Amino acid sequence: MENIIEVKNLVKNFKDFTAVDNVSFEVKKGEIFAFLGPNGAGKTTTIKMLTTLLKPSSGDLSIDGHSSTTDKDKARHSFGIVFQDPSLDDELTAYENMYFHSVLYKVPKKVRKSRLEQLLKFVELWDRRNDLVKKFSGGMKRRLEIARGLLHHPKVLFLDEPTLGLDPQTTNHIWTYIKELNKKENITVFFTTHYMAEAEKVADRIAIIDQGKIIIIGTLEELKSKTQKDNLEDAFLALTGKKLRDEEASTLELLRNRRKMRHR
Amino acid sequence: MSTIYILWLRQVKRYLRSRSRIIGSLAQPLLFLVALGFGFGPIYTKAGQGNYIEFLVPGVMAMSILFTAMATGIEIIWDRQFGFLKETLVAPISRMNIMIGRTLGGATVSILQGLIVFGLSFIVGFKVANWHIFPLAFISMFLIAVIFTALGTAIASLLQDMQGFQLIMSFLIMPIFFLSGALFPLNGLPSALNIVVRANPLSYGVDSLRGTLVAASNFGLHTDFIALTLLALILLAIGSYLFSKIQI
Repeated sequence: MENIIEVKNLVKNFKDFTAVDNVSFEVKKGEIFAFLGPNGAGKTTTIKMLTTLLKPSSGDLSIDGHSSTTDKDKARHSFGIVFQDPSLDDELTAYENMYFHSVLYKVPKKVRKSRLEQLLKFVELWDRRNDLVKKFSGGMKRRLEIARGLLHHPKVLFLDEPTLGLDPQTTNHIWTYIKELNKKENITVFFTTHYMAEAEKVADRIAIIDQGKIIIIGTLEELKSKTQKDNLEDAFLALTGKKLRDEEASTLELLRNRRKMRHR
Repeated sequence: MSTIYILWLRQVKRYLRSRSRIIGSLAQPLLFLVALGFGFGPIYTKAGQGNYIEFLVPGVMAMSILFTAMATGIEIIWDRQFGFLKETLVAPISRMNIMIGRTLGGATVSILQGLIVFGLSFIVGFKVANWHIFPLAFISMFLIAVIFTALGTAIASLLQDMQGFQLIMSFLIMPIFFLSGALFPLNGLPSALNIVVRANPLSYGVDSLRGTLVAASNFGLHTDFIALTLLALILLAIGSYLFSKIQI
């Protein structure tokens, strides 16, 4: 099988701190790939570099044969992403957010309306489609973001902690849909999560990253046999240790906190 | 094209939905028109300069376009904070199109603000000298709007958060406004001040509005429009460059 994502010797330094430390891996076409690691391990930073939002300090990375650093426009045509933190326009309605996305991502006009309706119904927001997003609860926003991420059918779908804060019903519902997309349209799925059971259930292969370095890559069986544990959670803890991790607040988080204080 | 349109539409929709912002941003120009217009009017006339309201209205229009345009340019920081910027940055469209769509959106909103002030000015007794060349006034409003939306975008691309906003407000926007000849005539200024005024992009904006609305241009309309067009192109180029360098 051909590789759709290739990462070679990827490094990202922030001032005095190395977030991603010489990481190399490949993801095969049509695979569901779980990217796991404790907080601050470098998962989101890696995704940001793959999705052209951040420039690597060194190393090569490509999506569908297009470099994410030198051929950004082509790379962007190949993927879709659901971000870890919110990325909706609060001043627009749910429908407008979806519609804008469909135009920005050049979803063909013929299928635009029907797919929009189908997805909004799928995440059960169709009745609320004309409400401004700022009136939505956290869970509703998350559902809308996932629906938006699924609007255009990219070759690679990045999901950065997609099911964070969702109830098991919604999580199950969404994964059923993603797995179907993966089978029917051969969409590669690259996701991060802190729910080990989720990774265990859906991932074809799993990579574990800690302190910017990839510790292990393989199928669930391989991980279990290498660590001699009988589930992923124990294997994960055996590999990454039980120490708690601190994560530096990003400027965005600082900004949000400040804003919250000001509004008190 | 459709991507430019959708980004434009977003700005306009957001503007039309924020009634409090529209009303709030009208209070200031109205206050300027009433307080300064009527307050300084008699002295201005006594000094033999004519009607101060006629002199002031183009200046206040330029002011409200300046404020709105800078604010919409700087909005990128909010988009960054609320995450929507990421959504546009990973989209498979050229950075140039994003920049054009945003700038046109910001310019449209700013022109609307300018037109509202223009409408209000009739309440304080403003008269247009020559309606035939009103389209030219419209073009100059457009150029002012583009220049400062692009400038706002350029600055916002360099800032990580809103902390620097107050600095920009006091060290950039206010000086641009006060040192543009929006409030006072440019003849007989001390030479140092004269240099500053001539280096200020808004001076040409104010002057072109004055030239087209009340037929009282200081630099001449040709100079105004050439200066404005050049500045618009240069700032668009700088803004686009800095915008394309944004990392999240």
